[in-house]
Amino acid sequence: MIPTIPQPRFTKWCYRAYVTAFFVYLALPLTVVCVFAFNDSVFPSPPWEGFTLAWFFGTEAPYIGVFHERSILRAIGTSAFVALWVSGLAVAVGTCNAFLFVRHEFRGKALLYMLMLLPLIIPGVILGISILVFSSAIANTLEDATGLWFDGLRPGLPLVILGQFSFITTFATLVITARLQKFDPSLEEAALNLGATKLGTIRQITLPFLMPAILASAVVSVLMSFENFNTTLMLVGSDSPLTITMFDKLKQGSTPVLNAVSLLLIVISAVLGLFSLFFPQSKS
Amino acid sequence: MRSDASKLGFYLLLAPIVLWLLVLIILPHVGLFIVSISEKIGPRIYETGFGNYATFFGEPLYWRTFARTAIMSILATALTLILGFPIAYYIAKLTRGRTKTTLFLMCMIPFWVSELVRTFGWMILLRETGVISTTLQIIGVISGPIELLYNDAAIMVGLVYTSILFMVVPLVTTLDSLDDSLIEAGYDLGGTTTSILREIVIPHAMPGIVSGCIVVFMLSLGNYLTPILLGGKDSLWFTGMIYNQFITRFNWELGSALGFLLLALSSAIVFLGLKLSKQSLSNTMGRA
Repeated sequence: MIPTIPQPRFTKWCYRAYVTAFFVYLALPLTVVCVFAFNDSVFPSPPWEGFTLAWFFGTEAPYIGVFHERSILRAIGTSAFVALWVSGLAVAVGTCNAFLFVRHEFRGKALLYMLMLLPLIIPGVILGISILVFSSAIANTLEDATGLWFDGLRPGLPLVILGQFSFITTFATLVITARLQKFDPSLEEAALNLGATKLGTIRQITLPFLMPAILASAVVSVLMSFENFNTTLMLVGSDSPLTITMFDKLKQGSTPVLNAVSLLLIVISAVLGLFSLFFPQSKS
Repeated sequence: MRSDASKLGFYLLLAPIVLWLLVLIILPHVGLFIVSISEKIGPRIYETGFGNYATFFGEPLYWRTFARTAIMSILATALTLILGFPIAYYIAKLTRGRTKTTLFLMCMIPFWVSELVRTFGWMILLRETGVISTTLQIIGVISGPIELLYNDAAIMVGLVYTSILFMVVPLVTTLDSLDDSLIEAGYDLGGTTTSILREIVIPHAMPGIVSGCIVVFMLSLGNYLTPILLGGKDSLWFTGMIYNQFITRFNWELGSALGFLLLALSSAIVFLGLKLSKQSLSNTMGRA
């Protein structure tokens, strides 16, 4: 059970075999996705027809690579646009929340903290439809009252951004709050003693201390926004982000160009994910 | 003067969170509930009533799908716990230093990748012309291609795969905090592996088990991609039904009622899990 207690050799080997099998299970789907991105065939399935880079750089049909496939490039652009907005908003609100929860005592704080956690336990589909229903109701009321059109409240990118922001902010708040709790208030007092203004202290002392957490939560927000599907599906309009575009292509029957996109996604998310894990530690 | 300024600062900090929670979380759910209790009796004419909920209970297809989704999610949660516990124990107790970090990261990487990519991977593996079917034919276990996709087992494999990380991470965290000497003491006092597991390890890991189970159950219940892509047309998953009411049939009233029922079920399970294990939401979720 633990290294200091001897175990029968057979038990030990069984346990190791299980752990190995588990990691094979974890790696298998991602590995096949990556491998078939290089298969010289129009279907992402065996047999292996030879190595090609056409699914990345190809320009002639049917071998149109990722870097020449307009719909996918446009979807990547849309996703990036949404992700930047969501990440910026979530980090800004998350930082405010961290200061509120760490620095202030007020009535109803526990309740507010619990409400802040709620988005974690609401299924993404429900979050999506509730925002869809609510914004449509507002749009209908406003349109009846004014006779103008309120397209921003109909399914489309603004709603996708709001929908993703509504739950990603919780993660940003948790990460930044955890970091602010470790802050030593005497540093701020020292700055104030030395004649710094209150805002100056926060800008020059507290925010630099929080920076690793802010950057990490920004990166995690971008990742979560990029890969979000459930909430986005309910709020999407005519410009679809990458996951929605890939889902539509997947339903129609896929070519290895999807594998190529997936490979890029895997590499980028692994790099960003590792960055978000190691960056905060290296600074503290 | 000073207290006025700090009061102003406090309200400035309070404004974003109140705005966020009110406009994007609370009011939309109130709105969802109001739509779910309105029945359409003519074009743009509605009446308040529980007709949509009556439709749900009156139509076997709806409540059977609901029950099926709930049962499959519970099964997926149990499977994830059984499969994930030995892994978490291995990482927390039997490895050290660099190996531990590496194994932990290897668990994390699939989770950072979009769920769509993971599901796509399973489709390539399981479909009739897929990797597993072809491999089995080459080594001669089966004579013709077999379809492994579009059944409940495929959905289960996908659900467990998608959510296992959310079980392993909290388990590793709680098991890490268990002192090895407690286990040694258990052996010294004549305990067997089973009795130590039952009386020392599992009680200690309970907070992790509960938070893992809650998150996995919610993720399975609210999953849309995995059942639709791996289960095919007949996957009968409740989120798929909600999507159909909203987007395909444009029956928002019934869709809202179904959505509210799903929300009620998931909240009830979370509440029950927290009560049974005497944990609070802040403790369980705040850590995850």
